Amino acid sequence: MNGYLSIRNLTVRLKGGGTILRDVSLNVAAGQVHGLMGESGAGKSMIGKAVLGTLPRALDITSGQIWLDGVDLQTLPPAERRNRIGALAALIPQDPLTALNPSRRIGPQITRRLVDILGWKRQDAAKRALELLNEVHIPDAPRVMRSYPHELSGGMRQRILIASAFAAEPKLIIADEPTTALDVTVQKQILHLISEMQARHDTALLFVTHDLGVMSKVCDTLSVLYAGKVVEEANMPRFFMRPIHPYSAALLAATPTYTDPTSSLTPVPQTVVDQVEREVMEHDLRTAS
Amino acid sequence: MMYKVRDLKLSLPDMAHKPLIGATPRIEILKGLSFDVPKGAVLGIVGGSGSGKSTLGRAMLRLLAPTGGSICFDGTDITHLSEDQLRGMRQRFQMIFQDPMSSLNPRRRVGGIIAAPLQVQRLDGIPTRIDEALDMVGLPREFAQRYPHELSGGQRQRVGIARAIALRPDFILADEIVSGLDVSSQAQVLNLLGKLVRDLGLTLAFISHDLSVIRRLCDRVLVLHLGEIVEEGATVSLFEAPQAPYTRELLSAIPLPDPHQTWD
Repeated sequence: MNGYLSIRNLTVRLKGGGTILRDVSLNVAAGQVHGLMGESGAGKSMIGKAVLGTLPRALDITSGQIWLDGVDLQTLPPAERRNRIGALAALIPQDPLTALNPSRRIGPQITRRLVDILGWKRQDAAKRALELLNEVHIPDAPRVMRSYPHELSGGMRQRILIASAFAAEPKLIIADEPTTALDVTVQKQILHLISEMQARHDTALLFVTHDLGVMSKVCDTLSVLYAGKVVEEANMPRFFMRPIHPYSAALLAATPTYTDPTSSLTPVPQTVVDQVEREVMEHDLRTAS
Repeated sequence: MMYKVRDLKLSLPDMAHKPLIGATPRIEILKGLSFDVPKGAVLGIVGGSGSGKSTLGRAMLRLLAPTGGSICFDGTDITHLSEDQLRGMRQRFQMIFQDPMSSLNPRRRVGGIIAAPLQVQRLDGIPTRIDEALDMVGLPREFAQRYPHELSGGQRQRVGIARAIALRPDFILADEIVSGLDVSSQAQVLNLLGKLVRDLGLTLAFISHDLSVIRRLCDRVLVLHLGEIVEEGATVSLFEAPQAPYTRELLSAIPLPDPHQTWD
């Protein structure tokens, strides 16, 4: 199966030691939403960063391929790779406050990628930005264009980042925990908006989250990560009905739901942790030899 | 009653709209709250960001001074007590903080962190109390020699709990203590807290934005919205038949881990 984004056997290592991603393979088909689920430190954000070419300097891709729109990004010279990623992919980041420049108005922050990467004229870009703000249901868009980030609420800021992610009509969006910093009621609006935009623009979406509830609302398929290794790949209904890997089942059992207060909340049992740890170790031994 | 809160008001100066000359306007954060916390109850305080739930918690512990109304703790009016008068009482009401990394002194070992409030209260047998507190939260006693950065997130939060229960308080306020944790450690901390409440006969107020967590742990819930109580009641009835529109909105916004949930 070949997706619009296709990651094959990606291994990422810390310079001089530790392994961050272990042989990760996944596909995101055009127009599909693929979820990356994992606890903190599982490496889910690192997959997004590897695709966008924004891995921290201390990390190296030691093997594997990242195919975007039929081209293996690793084979391209750096400048060409950057341009290609810039034109085809975009990021919706986690924290809408730190992702916006506090000292610049909203307008130029949205138009920047159109002007810088796609070489649009400023007026055209500004017109497009207004259209986009309307599309993400921001009232009084001209005023918002002139505002500074601190004048807007968290939900508004996240809408702006969604607008700017879709600005250059990318074919792949990577959303890295886009609603973790928001209230539940705002989170619901933002998730609906992301789904709406994704469907309208027919983009592939790689959705990183630690929240199985959010995952079940947004994604078509998912990969569960543990210590940089994919332990289970599944489509959404099957995963929630019959998780195959014990770690996936344990995560589901540890997630509290308000509708089922009688079920006992089971922390991930040590036996399950031991099992995934062993699988990770066996994997490392296999690849080392 | 552990707590009797009547018409509690709290306003803070609004520094964002401070004029160059003249009085700073004030923002009303708590707009006249009245409620009781019975002894042995586990009260959930829930609300969106900016609803005043943390401010309410801090006012109940008198970390903030109310600007109106009254707070009675176990029969004593603590609304206007001075810091000196409060110090002795503070042993009886303790707090567990949201972010264990920033609420544990990075330069002290776990033992010293747990000992600090015991020393303030001039209690004796501090080493024994530290060991007991670590036992109760399920950490090995050797952890007293470790520094916070050597612990995982869940273990750090256990240290925060140990520090609070080492004083043998009657009441504990837990402010969003699991929101920074992974689901697996979240489940452990919640189970631990439930067990401690039962074993030690604590009264607990549990502030959270997460209704699923509240339902697990609490027997009463108070829903705050923009500084006012919009609904208060027993957990079961509040979840089964929410009365206030805001409560219904909160409940319907929660994404359940179930792809068949209708969620529009």
